[in-house]
Amino acid sequence: MRIKRETLLSVALVTPSIIAIAIFVYGFIGWTARVSLSKWKGLLPDYTWVGLDNFKGLFQDPRFHIDIRNTLIFTVIFVIGSLFIGLGLAILLDQNIKGEGFFRSLYLFPMAISFIVTGVVWRWLMNPAMGSRMSGLNLLFDTLGLDFLINKWYTTPTWGIAFIAIPAIWQMSGYTMALYLGGLRGIPVELREAAQVDGANEVQIYRFIILPLLRPITLSAMIILGHISLKVFDLIVAVAGKQLPLDVPAIYMWQVTFDGYFFGRGAAIGILLLLSVAVLIIPYLIYTLRTEAEV
Amino acid sequence: MRARSRSNKWLIYIPLILAAFFYLIPMYVMLVTGFKGFEEVSLKTMWDLPKGIRFDNFIAAYKALAPYLWNSFNMVFPAAIISSILGSLNGYVLAKWKFKGSEIIFPAILFGMFIPYQSILIPLVEFMREINLYGGLPGLVLAHVIYGIPITTLTFRNYYATIPKELIEASRIDGCGLLSSYWYILLPISAPAFVVVIIWQFTSAWNDFLFAVVLTSPTNWPVTVALNNMAGSQIIAWNVQMAGSLLAALPTLLVYIFLGRYFLRGLMAGALKG
Repeated sequence: MRIKRETLLSVALVTPSIIAIAIFVYGFIGWTARVSLSKWKGLLPDYTWVGLDNFKGLFQDPRFHIDIRNTLIFTVIFVIGSLFIGLGLAILLDQNIKGEGFFRSLYLFPMAISFIVTGVVWRWLMNPAMGSRMSGLNLLFDTLGLDFLINKWYTTPTWGIAFIAIPAIWQMSGYTMALYLGGLRGIPVELREAAQVDGANEVQIYRFIILPLLRPITLSAMIILGHISLKVFDLIVAVAGKQLPLDVPAIYMWQVTFDGYFFGRGAAIGILLLLSVAVLIIPYLIYTLRTEAEV
Repeated sequence: MRARSRSNKWLIYIPLILAAFFYLIPMYVMLVTGFKGFEEVSLKTMWDLPKGIRFDNFIAAYKALAPYLWNSFNMVFPAAIISSILGSLNGYVLAKWKFKGSEIIFPAILFGMFIPYQSILIPLVEFMREINLYGGLPGLVLAHVIYGIPITTLTFRNYYATIPKELIEASRIDGCGLLSSYWYILLPISAPAFVVVIIWQFTSAWNDFLFAVVLTSPTNWPVTVALNNMAGSQIIAWNVQMAGSLLAALPTLLVYIFLGRYFLRGLMAGALKG
């Protein structure tokens, strides 16, 4: 009976974690879903059923339109910027150069820092003040004679959110580089040599052999970066505080729930965020675990 | 390209060095501002090197942030250690003692690390209020422990999967059971995985803002919340904010500088984390 007993024991070992995840992840998601269908607005819970009213209200809310627009702009710039910089740096570092380890650690260190610290420092670097009060990067551009680069950063009308992507790229492009570098190291040298023998030049080798082989990495990187950008919250708060032109769903959710006590609407935003992340992550999880099982 | 001609190879360093500037600019500003004396601090001269090494800004920032730095320390160690222990047990069972349904449980646990926490925040706060952990550090530790389970489980499972099952089988022939195999065989060789996971959890809990701002009351704020508050106020000068940012970043930066190899491994273990 030893096997039987040990099976029970093995289940018992993971049970606390399973229960914790079942409650804190799945139970709470269900609870949030229930709140999102309720009237709850105010300090005391009110679970009166209102159907999808909170969601309808949200989609009619001009503030939420700004949020969607900002999230899209931020995501596009952040993901594309991180991918390009990451891939570029990885290719450069893969050229068998001296000091590779040094550069690699340098590009990666922002990953160790919190979005709050990043935000506070970039807030001063991207100081939008003009004229005699000019400072930060604008001052640097002015001194270097690069006046055409001087701009209003995150206070630029309509496109301010795009500038918030700069510190985000600063923080995450090193990580993207590390992902790509791992991929490049996995490509057999023979493949490149064979292409060289066939007379391919370097650009062709990258264009036709290496980049196609890196596609799965681009896909994972896009998913990871994409889900980070859907959740972006602390970085914006630290750079600019809470202001409408730079609003995103996570900030709206926080304010409407904990400052405005409109729990129904806050929960609706939470559920919409979850759904958009799930669309990215669930196929990715299934794909990753399946390929892992095949190996 | 490994046989690139020597003559133009130095060209590669131009973009690499330009990129290095990009990554170092914020560090540069934090450092030169931090070490300036109060009287030489000015937004006009923010790019200039300090005239000497002064600690005015750091002393002012430390005075303002000290209690919150200690809150962070008191919170991250238990959070990192407890979630690592849970992750190790889960990883052991899921890698070596698969039971019926474990192949469903694993991805179900993993999903927990991707969810936007906005989708559980309201119940989390209500729950913490209910069990009287709202506002204090123990509640924050609990949140970090539980939402840390997916990544710690993943890392340990992947690590234990690389350990040959013959090792476990041999120990069973010698009379070891499930627990004694873990205790005598796996735990002694788990140190590398523990280092990776503890560093990872330390960094994420230290850098967290969302849970902290929602779950703790002002006296229990960790340093991220206090720093953000300091930056949002008009009272504290920007130079002190810079010094404060450096203080708040220092513990994880030191971990990165001295244990960077492991940090990177933690990063790659999940390939994922947001």
